[in-house]
Parts: sequence; C-alpha cells; structure tokens
Amino acid sequence: MAKILISFTLNGKKIEDAVSPDQPLLEYVREKGCRSVKRGCETSNCGLCTVLMDGKPVLSCTMLAVRADGHEIITLEGKQSKAEEIGSYLANEGAEQCGFCSPGLIMNIIAMENELKNPSEYEIREYLAGNLCRCTGYVSQLRAIKAYLASKEER
Amino acid sequence: MFTIDQYIKAESLEQAYSLNQKKTATILGGCGWLKMGNRSIRTAIDLSGLGLDKIEETETEFKLGCMVTLRQIETNDGINNYFGDSVRECLRHIVGVQFRNCVTIGGSIWGRFGFSDPLTLFLALDADVKLYHAGIVKLSDFVKMPYDRDILTHVILPKKKQKTYYITHRATETDFPVIACAVSKLPEDFTDNGFRVAVGARPQRASIVLDADGILNDGITEESAKKFADYVADSLNFSSNIRGSADFRHHLTRVLVRRALLAMNQEG
Repeated sequence: MAKILISFTLNGKKIEDAVSPDQPLLEYVREKGCRSVKRGCETSNCGLCTVLMDGKPVLSCTMLAVRADGHEIITLEGKQSKAEEIGSYLANEGAEQCGFCSPGLIMNIIAMENELKNPSEYEIREYLAGNLCRCTGYVSQLRAIKAYLASKEER
Repeated sequence: MFTIDQYIKAESLEQAYSLNQKKTATILGGCGWLKMGNRSIRTAIDLSGLGLDKIEETETEFKLGCMVTLRQIETNDGINNYFGDSVRECLRHIVGVQFRNCVTIGGSIWGRFGFSDPLTLFLALDADVKLYHAGIVKLSDFVKMPYDRDILTHVILPKKKQKTYYITHRATETDFPVIACAVSKLPEDFTDNGFRVAVGARPQRASIVLDADGILNDGITEESAKKFADYVADSLNFSSNIRGSADFRHHLTRVLVRRALLAMNQEG
C-alpha cells in the first residue's frame, strides 16, 4: 500500500507526514498523542470522535486522514482552556459519570457555539443529537450547557 | 472498515471515469456507508479536488455537486427559501451534525439506499442526476437502474414551484427511518395532475406513486387525502426487517401520506 504525503495543521502545529490511504483520521491523531479522541461505536453514530475540521465538527472515525490534507484539524487537546471551562459546568451539574463521551460532546458544544447564536433548548438538542451518552439521560448535560451558555451571555 | 491499496485524488473527471472502469475501483464519497463494510479496494478514487463541493443556484434549478455534504444542503438559504422546511426536515434527523458534515449527496444518491431520506424527497421533487458518461437522467429512472461504472457528478433540483412536505416515522431520533414519505405538487399538465408521493425505507429503496386515477383532481380534503393515502399504500410492496414489519409499514404509509398531504395543503 502506497502511503500518501499530506500537509495540514493539527492543533496549530504544521504537520507533514505520509499516511496510509485507509487510515481514519481518528487513528492518526491518536498516534500523534491526541488521546481525547475516542472510538465509541464503529458505526459513525456516537460522536465520541468529534474533531473540528476548518472549524466544522466532523467524525474522525469516518474522515480519512488523507482528506485532512490542506486543512486545519483541532482536537480537544487544542482547546484546553475551553475544555476546562465547559468541563467544569458538566462536573458542577453532575453530568459526568464515566466521562468517556465528554471530549466529543465538548468539541460539539464548541462547534455549536460558533455556529448558533443564542440557541433554544430545541436547537441545542438537535445540534447535539449525534453525541451519545450511555450513562446518563442527557438532562444534567442539558442543564450544564444552558448554564454555560447563560454565563457567556452575562460576560 | 475497508482497505485501500492505491489512493488517487482525481485531477479530472475523465481520469476518474477511466480509473473507475475496473471493478476493483471505488469512488469515495463521504465514506459513511463504505466504512460499514470490509471491501478491499484496489484503487480508491477521490473526487474532492474537482470543485464538486458547490451548490449552484440558477433561475431554473439548484445544482448540487456530488461532493456537497448533507449539512451544506441543510444550511443552504437558497434551498430552504425555495423548498420550505422539507429539505431541512429530510436531512436533520440523519445521525448528527458531525456525520452530515462528512457524508456527501453524491454518495447518498448513487448508493440508492433503501433507507435514504434525500432519495425519497428528491424523487418527489422531480430531481435529475447528472452522470459523467450518460448525461442527465431523471432520478425516477436512475433509482431503477443497476449499478454501473459511471460517475454521478451532480444532483439537480429543478425549480418547478413545487409544494412539498416530508415526514418520517423513526423508532428513535437519529436512527434510520421505519418509513419515509414525501409528497409534492408539481404544475399539472394534460396527462398528470402533478401530485407525487415517494415512499422510502419500505425498507426497499424509494418508489414514486402518481395519482393516475385522479383521486386528488378536485383538491386535497380529509376524504381525498385518506383515499389517496390508501391508494399509495396499496400500490407499493413492503417488507419486514429489524425496524418494523411489512404490515406496520403499510399502516404507517396510510397515516403519514394522509398527514403529509393535509399539511402540504395547509401550508399553501
């Protein structure tokens, strides 16, 4: 299998590398140390592997690493202060149980913040429908997200 | 997950078409469905460098490049202004925003998947597809064609002042539909009163039903909507799978087509 040369930025760092054409971006970024990116389902359904590609949330399990060529990829590792802030709201509402789904959820909350202005509860639920959690019933997450968004409004 | 021996980012459609003539070659869409299998791909052909990721609006149509993502369509103001809520409604339940940012309309329509929401709605909208070799083909013909080695380059949504409504039944949010119904009203002509109903996820690929008996000739009322919905349900075949039985799908079709016709009528 011929490897393909790609050039892209990962969390602000320029990377040039040769990748296997069938390697998912998920596996590649984990090899580069971005261990927040998780594989949860194998069926493109759970949202745990969410990363931002040019600011838009994508499933890194479905996106091939070769297709990162020329793009900007951001994982939770590149959004540390934001992750801590949103994470503290989730923790304060008791929304964390095993925590496995949190990195993907936080990445999609960040994407939602960039895309929607003052989203209603309905819009929040619709935007985050592709982030599954098997511990909770989403109620505490929703409380945390609303509290986080409200705190931003106040600032 | 599939494997790839050789990856080629096509520099032209001619090159892609020529490479795709071998059965071991595969055109990559967004890979959302492809990754669910274990295909050994000798040559993977990527069309993402050919500028086919754009939605073009003209006076007569919306032309969607095959690499346009479902999310691009869902958030396109021109499409939403023209077709109302129907296009957004048909896309917004598909997995999640992240998934819809990956998968392409070319992959969805080429695959002619039974579960496909856009295939169902676009049939009712009287869409066309543009194939590199065969040219422009009615989607209603394309849906019945066997898979060949051509390349789908565009999906064309004609501006025919369609009134339309889309509705599905899902066992749970973000799952495949148990049944998908799209109704639309196109301008009538001397052979046809313009009503179209497409029903997908039966679970076979979507089929279209016309009002050959003129049940809706005098307009949509509670009574005519019920009669036509029953006619549609009885005209189609249904099967059972993990999501529902054939009988359940037949019943849902009667209910949802009636509701969709009444809702379309109400929206004016």
